[in-house]
Amino acid sequence: MSNTPDDRKYADSHEWALLEADGNVRVGITDHAQELLGDLVFVELPEVGQSVGKGDECSVVESVKAASDIYSPVTGEIVAVNDSLEDSPEVINHSPYDDGWIFIIKPVDTAELDDLLEADGYESFTEDE
Amino acid sequence: MLIFEQSHVGRVSKAQLPTGCDELISLPSNALRTSKPNLPEVSEMQVVRHFTRLSQKNFSIDTHFYPLGSCTMKYNPRACNTLASLPEFTGRHPLGPSLHGQGFLACMYELQGILKEVTGMKAVSLSPAAGAQGEFAGVAMIKAYHDDRNDSERCEILVPDAAHGTNPASAVMCGYQVREIPTGKNGDVDIDALKASVGPKTAGIMLTNPSTLGVFDRKIKEIADIVHKAGGLLYYDGANLNAILGKVRPGDMGFDVIHMNLHKTFSTPHGGGGPGAGPVGVSERLRPYLPVPMVGKKDEQFVLLDENDCPQTIGRLSAFAGNAGVLLRAYIYAKMLGREGMARVAEFATLNANYLLKKLMDVGYEAAYPDRRATHEFILTLKKQAKELNVTAMDIAKRLLDYDFHAPTTYFPLLIPECLLIEPTETEAKETLDEFVDTMAKILLEAKEDSALLRQAPYTLPVRRLDDVKAVKQLDVVWKKTEALKA
Repeated sequence: MSNTPDDRKYADSHEWALLEADGNVRVGITDHAQELLGDLVFVELPEVGQSVGKGDECSVVESVKAASDIYSPVTGEIVAVNDSLEDSPEVINHSPYDDGWIFIIKPVDTAELDDLLEADGYESFTEDE
Repeated sequence: MLIFEQSHVGRVSKAQLPTGCDELISLPSNALRTSKPNLPEVSEMQVVRHFTRLSQKNFSIDTHFYPLGSCTMKYNPRACNTLASLPEFTGRHPLGPSLHGQGFLACMYELQGILKEVTGMKAVSLSPAAGAQGEFAGVAMIKAYHDDRNDSERCEILVPDAAHGTNPASAVMCGYQVREIPTGKNGDVDIDALKASVGPKTAGIMLTNPSTLGVFDRKIKEIADIVHKAGGLLYYDGANLNAILGKVRPGDMGFDVIHMNLHKTFSTPHGGGGPGAGPVGVSERLRPYLPVPMVGKKDEQFVLLDENDCPQTIGRLSAFAGNAGVLLRAYIYAKMLGREGMARVAEFATLNANYLLKKLMDVGYEAAYPDRRATHEFILTLKKQAKELNVTAMDIAKRLLDYDFHAPTTYFPLLIPECLLIEPTETEAKETLDEFVDTMAKILLEAKEDSALLRQAPYTLPVRRLDDVKAVKQLDVVWKKTEALKA
């Protein structure tokens, strides 16, 4: 079973959301998601400054097997994207929870994070899936 | 070895050059090129051997069982091709007057009628030259319909998550936003999610039934009612038409527009990128928008109907009138089968699929929808094997090649983890299906005893496991002259 960090929250669409000290939310995909997708070959990043709603498609990751939408776990504005993924999407495969982060959102209301799963909840969700 | 690598400067087959060949070129010198084209310089014998060897490396329906799901890789009777290749057909010029092509046009006129009858639609245009073009035409007609009624607030097309990837792509091409509808646990469209998604923005829904999950959506009538009540139209992707030929008709299910892949269902070999044919059929309200040209009848003569005859048409999709050869094969195939034959195709296609599914479950494979009857295709999931044995669907697919079987479709539909989508088609004998089952059983045993063996497969083919990540990232398919060859 993959090692799921308990410092962040998880969406059932396989994104993680980490509330940072400055109040922004860092987003990526889980180890389980990268494993299902296989070797990633392309990442389409959102635009900095773009407004997104909770559950909106705002990014796409593509592997040799499939293309998959990334949904925003919270409502807010994109304030940073991980440009290094454009040249090296495989970073998500190697380091999904750290170097492989995808974008950072300035959330409208951090309470939206409460709707997401805890690490153990996400783990049992992927077990059942 | 590439044929370019066999090239020698100045090589021609002089020994067998026909007498007086030099005089064949009678163009004035100012019309002749002065530099040589960048083509391989090889002898006729080298060319023959090169391409014969290449053809022997083909995996094809003529040589192998080809259970590629959702592609309907069935045997296409030779007779269809022979008759479609008659010189009276091939010699016809597409710009020639209709009067000189009455035979061909009569066949096309009748084909329009046959396809109308098979699908239950009210009118058909044969002009889309492939499935994707048919989809584009279909969605463009939906848009033209709403625009004509000044109902242009409708900006969304609903697409179930089990759909072919081309469906959302076609919707976007026509300027629509795509809204995904989830699938319920049993493989049918999630009705509650559909109800929550329809509204004044809904332009239509794109559906395949049977779906790519290999099941027939039992609530299709309910789906049609929900979408129609919201003011949307229903689009039918004909990819899986083989399963229902002569049994149920999209028109009767409530669909407003359908495209058919004649190159799948109606006797044209496919898979190499064409040519195809993707005729569209429509309900009464979309009839005015059909793409031109269509074949009509005026004063006992067959004519091509154009923009003057159909002023509301969405227009032309190509320079001429679709792919004549593919349409002719489809016509001949349909005439050979007749009404009874159509139903027989569907019966044998579904019988073969259900037989294969049952047998594969018996030898230990897991079906994605064990409680559902398969249509013409079905899905196995290797989720368990991936977890317990570290053997993926891709490993099993690659190992099948060593045993002389074409692999089924892998990793599609995206909903099902580690899946194989298997479509045996109606043209396989029971013995072939049994052989396939025996081989699949053997591979499962190998997976348990020596999983490393599978991870390295195939062993017997000219190329082994390819680096598919590198192939995507550094795509390079253009041959370039290297320094060594220039010498």
